Amino acid sequence: MKDFAKLLDRLYFTHSNLAKAVLLKDYFARTPDPDRGYALAAIAGTLDFAFFKRALVRDLIVSRTDPVLFEMSYDYVGETSETIAHLWPVSPDAVKLDRLPTLSELVETFGRLSKEELKEYLATLLDNSTVAERWALLKFGMGNPRVGVTTRFAKNVLADYGTVEVHEIEEVWHSLSAPYVELFQWLEKKADKPKPGQSLTYMPVMLSHPLEEKDLQDFDYSLYSAEWKYDGIRVQLISNSNGAALFSRTGDQITQSFPDLLAKARFNAVLDGELLVKTTAGIGSFNDLQQRLNRKRLDRKMMQQYPAYMIVYDALFLDGEDMRPLPFLERRQKLSQWWSRQDPAIDFMELSELLELRDRDHMNELRLKANRTDIPYIEGLMLKRKDSAYVTGRPKGLWFKWKRDPLVVDAVLMYAQRGTGKRSSFYSDYTFGLWLNGELLPVGKAYSGFTDEELKQIDSWIRRNSTHSFGPVREVKPELVFELAFDSVAKSTRHKSGFAMRFPRISRIRWDKPAADADRMEILENMVQGEDETEETPEQQPLQQEFLW
Amino acid sequence: MISEQIHPNKWLKVTPQGLYCAPGDFHIDASGDPVSTDVVTHGHADHARSGHGRVIATPETIEIMKTRYGADCAREFVPIPYGGNIRLGEVEVGFEPAGHILGSAQIVMDYAGQRVVCSGDYKRRTDPTCQPFTVVECDVFITEATFGLPVFCHPDIKLEVAKLVESMRLFPQRCHVVGVYSLGKCQRLIMELRAAGFNRTIFLHGALLKLCELYQRLGVDLGEIKLVTESDKPKLGGELVLCPPSAINDRWARKMPDVVTSMASGWMQIRARAKQKLVELPLVVSDHSDWDELLQTIDDVRCREVWVTHGREEALIHALGKKGIKARALSLVGYEEEDNE
Repeated sequence: MKDFAKLLDRLYFTHSNLAKAVLLKDYFARTPDPDRGYALAAIAGTLDFAFFKRALVRDLIVSRTDPVLFEMSYDYVGETSETIAHLWPVSPDAVKLDRLPTLSELVETFGRLSKEELKEYLATLLDNSTVAERWALLKFGMGNPRVGVTTRFAKNVLADYGTVEVHEIEEVWHSLSAPYVELFQWLEKKADKPKPGQSLTYMPVMLSHPLEEKDLQDFDYSLYSAEWKYDGIRVQLISNSNGAALFSRTGDQITQSFPDLLAKARFNAVLDGELLVKTTAGIGSFNDLQQRLNRKRLDRKMMQQYPAYMIVYDALFLDGEDMRPLPFLERRQKLSQWWSRQDPAIDFMELSELLELRDRDHMNELRLKANRTDIPYIEGLMLKRKDSAYVTGRPKGLWFKWKRDPLVVDAVLMYAQRGTGKRSSFYSDYTFGLWLNGELLPVGKAYSGFTDEELKQIDSWIRRNSTHSFGPVREVKPELVFELAFDSVAKSTRHKSGFAMRFPRISRIRWDKPAADADRMEILENMVQGEDETEETPEQQPLQQEFLW
Repeated sequence: MISEQIHPNKWLKVTPQGLYCAPGDFHIDASGDPVSTDVVTHGHADHARSGHGRVIATPETIEIMKTRYGADCAREFVPIPYGGNIRLGEVEVGFEPAGHILGSAQIVMDYAGQRVVCSGDYKRRTDPTCQPFTVVECDVFITEATFGLPVFCHPDIKLEVAKLVESMRLFPQRCHVVGVYSLGKCQRLIMELRAAGFNRTIFLHGALLKLCELYQRLGVDLGEIKLVTESDKPKLGGELVLCPPSAINDRWARKMPDVVTSMASGWMQIRARAKQKLVELPLVVSDHSDWDELLQTIDDVRCREVWVTHGREEALIHALGKKGIKARALSLVGYEEEDNE
């Protein structure tokens, strides 16, 4: 534990990737199994303890300190683990430990204890730790330590450590788990390469580049095929005799959230596509899909109301045969043939429509269609090179995405709050309002879209123009206008304004624009797309059908 | 002789120029428009300003002001040493050490049967460059709250200095560049390094030199110090360089070989603050009181009431409320929000 705390601390303050790699390799080389594997898991975010969660840790600190002082401290420090590390009051009757446990002892103990026992155990550990050790302990338990090491970077370091190629690590990664003993044995040439689990193992996906104007110079349209870009989440569906599994683009298992889809997947294939949901009006918007995402418990009612639906656009394996080396069009042809052979016929998925791409005018026509806000589940256009093999990663020139233009409004800054983590001393979280009957009503929050330099300017403006503070929140004079960009807007009963924007971000700071000229709430009404939350507008349906055809 | 007690909130007011004592007709640490009499707690720029009529302060503070702003930065200077008094109008005004930096003083005001102590910035830890804080019992204690949150618990400066020395031993080729505030922090760090046995030349950014020389004139022996010249820079591998915090990531530091970026400040306790400034070796060294020192001091002075000038006053007022001590924020303007530490 002490060594791990030192490692985490040094990683945090080290900027250069080279230096970070040195620190990690040094730690792997001198730390025995299984501790190094647990450290790797903590950094790669693959550790999870059922009870060791933020809420439990907060309960613990609040039971030991003044909750008001804790909240004020948290607001200032901007991060739970560090706030507690500093604030922790060592109990006068603390149990003295001879030494801090090893990581594997921690893992074993965390897994065994009940919630209440865990609290007590944690208290003893915190009593016996330094500030930096407390911080590392809480990071270890709660996961996602944010020390500037991504999973991908960790894999690169491992590849370097074992002098193997990083794709070899990728191949075996998802069939392994903490404490990664087989992995280290292999990397140190003491054992064979672990078998990439033949069962239900995620395979790295192929990604696209945003289409830019420069790509279109001398662009040969005949070499590319087009598809709609769907507004759901990218998934990989694997089904074989061992069962079925669903993975997100980053390889996270999301199987447990979509049993309705997986129960029906009875075939032998690895498919690439977009996960969406159905509604009574057809395929739903991203907003509809969100009803099914990030839920702690499965909600039967939601599952019936929004059944999972997948639009398949590629195949990596079909009946055990590797499709990846084949050209795109051939893969698609094989996929269609395979599709038609399935019995019973597949009705919970559809094949993505291939669109012919004739020339620039034709592409612009397609873009125009994709820009229509009344088709809730299409957000742009994909261009894929007809002869491209399925290449892992983000190869140049093969797949392009073009996202439709964001919607924009000019909104007035109303409230600001300090950011967390790296931005903890800056007012970086903003609430914006639009005019309704001569008053500003909050419509959304935005945290991104500005440079560090702009952040400093906005921060300074806020400090000079605040009118009230409510705890961590400052109310400011309604004078500064921002152009907000967002992907879509839906009606919402949960928001006071009645609207919920999707992914609002700042596109411009309008230092020049008087607040009175900012937009009115009514503007959002016209931007609402797709299915209405409360009632359906009948005239939208024919439009959708026409479009689908 | 006034026999009736008058509550200090009747005779000490917050004005746009700072705290004003009406029966003595003077301001404390005045800002903004010029005032006729400015009683100055210490020489930091957000407390001591140029352009006022008569400045009353300790002799050291007056020297610091003259060094920073020029000999004509006030019309008249009245030096009062620690333990000394001066009568201003109907108010007896005394100066006691605050332990913050060289010359820093608490202003003790006696009027109408009430004693108010305005502590300025202060700390309770030992500091070889200044006299230790003196406890003065009073009715109203005016305190800062720069580090007024329970997360702030400053480590022993000896441990932080040891970190720096250890890093220099570990990386003997690298140039260690430490950001320090030019008045107080710089000289204290040097003295602590000397006490830890670091006898080599310490290189200084030009902005630090004048004040270091003043400290030496006033009897603080800083050992061998040297101005960094352009031609020195590439040759500073393995050396220790001190500069203002703004210079650590500036072009100024770029010519030095393989720099370890460090900073000595109370804010370095918060990881994200160190990270924002791209500091690799944060040293938690503060010239202010940490949370426990603030509460301890308020206990020590046995006051009935606490007024808080600047910093994180909300938390301190909350904690004092729970102890049954009346406290309020003065909401003075003009203090730097954070970076003057």
